[in-house]
Amino acid sequence: MTTNLTVNGAPVETEAPGMRRLIDLLREDLGLTGTKEGCGEGECGACTVLLDGAPVLSCLVPVCQVGGTDVRTVEGLTPVAPGGVTLGVLQQAFLETGGAQCGICTPGMLMAGEAFLASGLEPTDDAIREAIAGNLCRCTGYTKIIDAIRLASEREGVRRGAA
Amino acid sequence: MPVEPPVVSPASLTDAFAILREQPHRPVAGGTDLLVQLTGEIGPAPDRVIDLWRLDELRGVGVHGDAIELGALTTYTDIRRSPICREHLPALVEAAATIGATQIQNRGTIGGNVMNASPAGDTLPVLLALDAVLVVGGADGEREVAAAEFWPAYRRTAARPDELLLRVRVPLGAGREQRFRKVGTRRAQAISKVVVAAAWRGTDTWQDVRLALGSVAATPVRVREAEAALEGRPRTLGSVEAAVDALGAAINPIDDVRSTAAYRREAARRVVRRLLAESLEHA
Repeated sequence: MTTNLTVNGAPVETEAPGMRRLIDLLREDLGLTGTKEGCGEGECGACTVLLDGAPVLSCLVPVCQVGGTDVRTVEGLTPVAPGGVTLGVLQQAFLETGGAQCGICTPGMLMAGEAFLASGLEPTDDAIREAIAGNLCRCTGYTKIIDAIRLASEREGVRRGAA
Repeated sequence: MPVEPPVVSPASLTDAFAILREQPHRPVAGGTDLLVQLTGEIGPAPDRVIDLWRLDELRGVGVHGDAIELGALTTYTDIRRSPICREHLPALVEAAATIGATQIQNRGTIGGNVMNASPAGDTLPVLLALDAVLVVGGADGEREVAAAEFWPAYRRTAARPDELLLRVRVPLGAGREQRFRKVGTRRAQAISKVVVAAAWRGTDTWQDVRLALGSVAATPVRVREAEAALEGRPRTLGSVEAAVDALGAAINPIDDVRSTAAYRREAARRVVRRLLAESLEHA
């Protein structure tokens, strides 16, 4: 059966079995290996992607449920500029604050953070903590991840305010 | 790679009932329990799957007469955001907020929690405490089963293999207090060690008391001995202690990977004592 969806803005047509996990479609079939598989059982959040804007675990979503949806992965955070690839606001903030240590949780943290930025919520510690409560960092570097999301949120706010 | 069993995605409930009448299929809704089973590590993976996600007939929260109805595909995020749930079912909203975190809450459904029938299912004690009714249906029509009769044994439900859970009906219950508490390893992303829901009416005496727990027996349970220790008695610390003692004698927790029987028994006693005693201070 054919499934049509959008991945990072581009149309995708796949014949993948309906019960294939979305993470396997992304990594194995589409070569988008930015999304990481940590636990494979919905505990760690490393495989978080945005499905129609909402953070979900790509290890727990079957392909039969993504027809007609818009999937965004960490690869989709990177704006393509005339001079080549640049970093998105959130990625830049992670880089500046030291929001990544070993890196395995980072793609999931970025997607959870991206959903938080899109929510327009005030970047309080509690609100950011709740937004990343489903993402485990086993280096325990949460403080700098929270700093990064706050910084990006403030910069986005400045941009929105200026617009 | 996990196994990829064949799946059928019916476009309507009628089609789904016809498929289930032909052959048993394992339903998948939000997938948060079922997808984990595809690895085969926690038991055999399903042979055939029926995908319910497109059945919009099973979505939505509404007030119908003197009850609130939640479609089986209502997600935990839907419950948390629903003005109806926030006004009338605060204990259910609290339970939904403790299940996994955002990613799980965006996909996991109340119907999945009911049909997965885990003794640790966080919404199940709430449904027991609020006298919920589960509406199941198939090609032969619909029928209603009280929550108290719905989980007869470990991981079993009262639904037949050719039936689906359609909706959850909760009586509005004017003037009824409701409370929820969960004890897990951490606040987010934790499966319950003990989960408690309580409901009652009355300010001077306990009336229509319901006390339901998860993770303390093979199924989610109403602890009728503890309810009886409160029913009709004055709302005092004395009646609370009697209920806590009855609870400790009645529940039957086990040792497993998440906790021990001794811890669960003591935690259940303390959580129930605190929950009931705090309600006296606020009265």
